[in-house]
Amino acid sequence: MRLRLVPQETSFDFFKRAKLWLGISALMMVVGFASFLFQGLNFGIDFRGGTTIRTEATESVDVGAYRDALAAHQLGDVSITEVFDPAFEEDQHVAMIRIQAQDDGEAISGEMIETLKASLDAVAPGIKFVSVESVGPKVSGELIQTAVIAVVLAIAAVLVYIWLRFEWQFALGAVAALVHDVVLTIGVFSELQIRFDLAIIAALLTIVGYSLNDTVVVFDRVRENLRRYKQKDLAEVLNLSINETLSRTMMTSVTTLLALISLYVLGGDVIRGFVFAMIWGVVVGTYSSVFVASTILLKLGVKRDWSKQSNTTGNQFSNIDA
Amino acid sequence: MLQIDLWKRVLIWLVCAAGLLLALPNGFYTRVEQANDAAADIIAKGETPERLETAGQWPSFLPSGLVNLGLDLRGGAHLLAEVQVDDVYEARMDALWPEVRDALRPERSTVGTFRRQPGPADQIRLKISKPDGMSRALEVVRGLANPVTSLTGAGATDIEVSAEGDILVVQLSEAEKLASDDRTVRQSLEIVRRRIDEVGTREPTIQRQGADRILIQVPGIGSASELKAIIGTTAQLTFNPVVGRGSDADAAPGVGNKVIPSLDEEGTYYTVEAAAVVTGEDLVDAQPSFDQNGRPAVTFRFNTSGARRFGDYTAENIGSPFAIVLDDEVVSAPVIQSHIPGGSGIITGNFTIEESTNLAVLLRAGALPAGLEFLEERTIGPELGQDSIDAGKVATAVAFVAVLAFMGLSYGLFGLFANVALILNIALIFGMLSLIGGTLTLPGIAGIVLTVGMAVDANVLIFERIREELKAGRGPAKAIDEGYSKALSAILDANITTFITAVILFAMGSGPVRGFAITLGLGIMTSVFTAIFVTRLMIIMWFERRRPKTIEV
Repeated sequence: MRLRLVPQETSFDFFKRAKLWLGISALMMVVGFASFLFQGLNFGIDFRGGTTIRTEATESVDVGAYRDALAAHQLGDVSITEVFDPAFEEDQHVAMIRIQAQDDGEAISGEMIETLKASLDAVAPGIKFVSVESVGPKVSGELIQTAVIAVVLAIAAVLVYIWLRFEWQFALGAVAALVHDVVLTIGVFSELQIRFDLAIIAALLTIVGYSLNDTVVVFDRVRENLRRYKQKDLAEVLNLSINETLSRTMMTSVTTLLALISLYVLGGDVIRGFVFAMIWGVVVGTYSSVFVASTILLKLGVKRDWSKQSNTTGNQFSNIDA
Repeated sequence: MLQIDLWKRVLIWLVCAAGLLLALPNGFYTRVEQANDAAADIIAKGETPERLETAGQWPSFLPSGLVNLGLDLRGGAHLLAEVQVDDVYEARMDALWPEVRDALRPERSTVGTFRRQPGPADQIRLKISKPDGMSRALEVVRGLANPVTSLTGAGATDIEVSAEGDILVVQLSEAEKLASDDRTVRQSLEIVRRRIDEVGTREPTIQRQGADRILIQVPGIGSASELKAIIGTTAQLTFNPVVGRGSDADAAPGVGNKVIPSLDEEGTYYTVEAAAVVTGEDLVDAQPSFDQNGRPAVTFRFNTSGARRFGDYTAENIGSPFAIVLDDEVVSAPVIQSHIPGGSGIITGNFTIEESTNLAVLLRAGALPAGLEFLEERTIGPELGQDSIDAGKVATAVAFVAVLAFMGLSYGLFGLFANVALILNIALIFGMLSLIGGTLTLPGIAGIVLTVGMAVDANVLIFERIREELKAGRGPAKAIDEGYSKALSAILDANITTFITAVILFAMGSGPVRGFAITLGLGIMTSVFTAIFVTRLMIIMWFERRRPKTIEV
């Protein structure tokens, strides 16, 4: 009567097609990275400066008319997109207007916003600016820098932590999985041209955390089984550990995805990009902890001689399962 | 084996109860908020029957801390301003120039005549007619230097005096510039705070960011432009001697003077001495009032030293005009009719009542020592914030129900235990947020939803482990015990690594991202607590009562 996502006992061989999986992962990373290099990310104003205005009007959005109304002000590159959300009411028509950064270092002036509003009011009477955000180019450059530092720092900190708690091979495997997840996420954002802003960095770091969570649970079991089955070879131990934790991996992924999907559908359009990044990250992170982190661990090999050196490298919790 | 000491049990339930109690006010947000505001008003402005009634809406014996709503949920304005610290160097040099002049005058026999040369604004460049006297000139001007008052700049002096041929150059030393920048930013921060407090809005955030930036967030305000109008003007009031009046903006002012426009009369420019007689810093009070013709004006009063200087100056210069200058524009330039000893005066101009009131507020709060450049401006309308809150509530509720149902189906009774823990978990997050005065942002709501999904992870780890132990043929008590102890290292490792990323997000992020990091981090702590202590306690209490021979997880 219990709901089981995974049969009680599984014995999948996760390394039978290890080369294939690694190949697919490598290919996807190359595609993602190439997309990032050639197509580039659709940076939001946080990262490239400029102004976004969220408008709300009772009449439906006529992008052409909006564009004509704004053209007179010579603001350079202006993009207008209509926003749809199931939660909007009948007469609620929302558009996002993005204006490129102006030449001077400061954010756009209040008078300019008023002028723009007046021009738009001519084509869409009663238009409201429900939010106006403006970031000067000086800050946006720094924001990119901070974001990159944050992601690199997070990965480095994790590398050190796992190295201390496990062995360096585990740390490398985990970090390879993390880099894989981050690259694929950036790749998907560049490929689909979803707006990439500060919140997405937060999502990226959460993905780092989540993917790691998964990897660490598998590795913890690997460490335990390595001690228990001293005679089995590494591939067998890894397979056993992944199979033993498979039920948990699926349960947690499903509950997390349940929560995230409800947020994606019902949480409003403002954070949809952010939630999309996390959903993608959970899927990729679950895949990578099995097929990337463990496979790399298998390729690197692990020191098996645990008996001679117990209590090294700060494993203060490991006595619990001895 | 399956035992928890009584004191531990009591402690665990006490923590849960405290969390629930602290989270409780958030369930009645508007009511508690009104009650808190009324209570604050009673302390600040005294009791009125309405205030007492509103304050009574929420019993005072209950906690009344609320989660702050971020700008993206409440609506309001956000500004990131950069203080133009260099502005101060120029003012310092202009103030120093009369001192240098007075110090060199008695030395004419060795130094010869001297003239100030045009140069960068943060330097005084003096050409002296007898280059042989340069060493004496350097010595005299260096005598004006003061030690720098800062920890790092100990031993250094505030000005650097050097010679370039027959030109003597005075400028601020690096140590003094650093100390001055710091002072300028701190002063600006204080003044911005005072100006916003004068307008009286709820819970503004005014923080220093980095070396020379100020972050200002004011909930509930209509737009960033409105906020800028309150804090943006420097309101630097000075009283300068007038040298001349004309209609040419590009007139050569002469060294030590400057040409500035008139505030009201278009096309009129005044040449005034750059060094002010008295500045707004010496003001102790400014009030809106009316002049003898009934037009709006601002009256002001100087402190003792300002009053003395102003009195001395007016006594010596009867019959000549002086300019009242506000932010480098001449408000008016009356002729001094008589000695003004009391240190009070009136500023007249073509003000409206609103303008005179604003000017008085700005003057009272003090002048910003330097200009502000706005690097980032965000306005979020209250409707958008409300929409986000509504959407967030629905999404969280649906996520919650889905996860609860899923856990119940998967683990039966144990799933119900985990569900109770999950509900407690959310209450604890809100309780802690209220306790530390944390801010809930839209990404923060996402963090809570994510926690709802991930919080069950620790329980899942434990339950799966118990299943394995049962399968291996252990008895129920042994299986539960082993399940907990063996899952512990995985739970700790997994959560510590996620916590590390939350800490980094908090340290590096700003605004909404930081809000996300807070809820994520708190969520990790509370979910580990509930999994290791609360569900365990529930399972043990159930086990003690029933003593089942077999269990199904």
